Amino acid sequence: MTDPETRITHRVSQYSNMTDSLIIAGREFRSRLILGSGKYASFELMAKALEASGTEMVTVAVRRVNLTDRSQESLLDHIDSKKYHILPNTAGCYSADEAIRTAMLAREVLDNNWIKLEVIGDERTLFPDNQGLLEATGKLVKEGFVVLPYFNDDLIVARRLIDAGAAAVMPLAAPIGSGLGIQNFTNLRILREQVREVPLIVDAGVGTASDATVAMEAGVDGVLMNTGIAGSDDPVSMAEAMNFAVRAGRLAYLAGRIPRKLYASASSPVTGMIE
Amino acid sequence: MSIIVNGKETQLPEGAAINDLILSLGLTAQRLAVELNGRIVRRADWDSTRISEGDRVEIVHFVGGGEE
Repeated sequence: MTDPETRITHRVSQYSNMTDSLIIAGREFRSRLILGSGKYASFELMAKALEASGTEMVTVAVRRVNLTDRSQESLLDHIDSKKYHILPNTAGCYSADEAIRTAMLAREVLDNNWIKLEVIGDERTLFPDNQGLLEATGKLVKEGFVVLPYFNDDLIVARRLIDAGAAAVMPLAAPIGSGLGIQNFTNLRILREQVREVPLIVDAGVGTASDATVAMEAGVDGVLMNTGIAGSDDPVSMAEAMNFAVRAGRLAYLAGRIPRKLYASASSPVTGMIE
Repeated sequence: MSIIVNGKETQLPEGAAINDLILSLGLTAQRLAVELNGRIVRRADWDSTRISEGDRVEIVHFVGGGEE
């Protein structure tokens, strides 16, 4: 449900000269797809999937260097940081303190102050601990971070995160890695209508291309995914599918869908029929 | 002297600096972040920051990951 003003100001297609960029904290991205870098069979496969997806932002995890296996290649050798903006994450952190510590370390690795903030509250569901998330968001923003928090699709939490200085808010659509797609479309639409201050990015739950399109058709500003691509049988093809899916959903949102009606309405003229 | 690196006991000559540890581990080419006893040591200070017996060092880098 686009309001007419949004439609006009954001209208874009290959037939238009206007660009339709995603802007987070003043940084412009031509692609609205953000990719994770985990679960690929090899770095080479990951690199090909990144390329096929058209993404410009890739999230990475922070972990101890393995001191016993020095043969390990470096992930960053396979992600061109000129082409992709690196978005370190605090995946696996179960408290605000742990997430803050991880963010601080991440900032040192590449001198990059962006962080995809996760404070997990439960191992089985990987649902976020919203209280810890709010605390960590506030503290990291004060430390000068650009914070992109992963949270439950809850409007009130979104507002509090924005008040705390989040640069974008990233609601889950379904549990991480579940591939269930958009489980609460109504919530997502409400979030879209109410969250206007910062970009709204669906983070987690996308299982296949149509899920990404559905999210984008709801008007969200972007989609972040990892397992949906890396876990598919052919990650490079799925990455390309997601590339199209996000763009298709975006264009459909901007174009403004027709209202749903119960009965038929002919698209051919009803006059001039032969008799 | 004996120190703990990424949770593992490691031997290092007395008076070694962070830089010496990174060298001895063969990690010079990697992009890393280092914590000494819970405090980040900036790369510019690796040379001048000495490690003492029993210190705990964390050396981290980026790995593939999206969310979890």
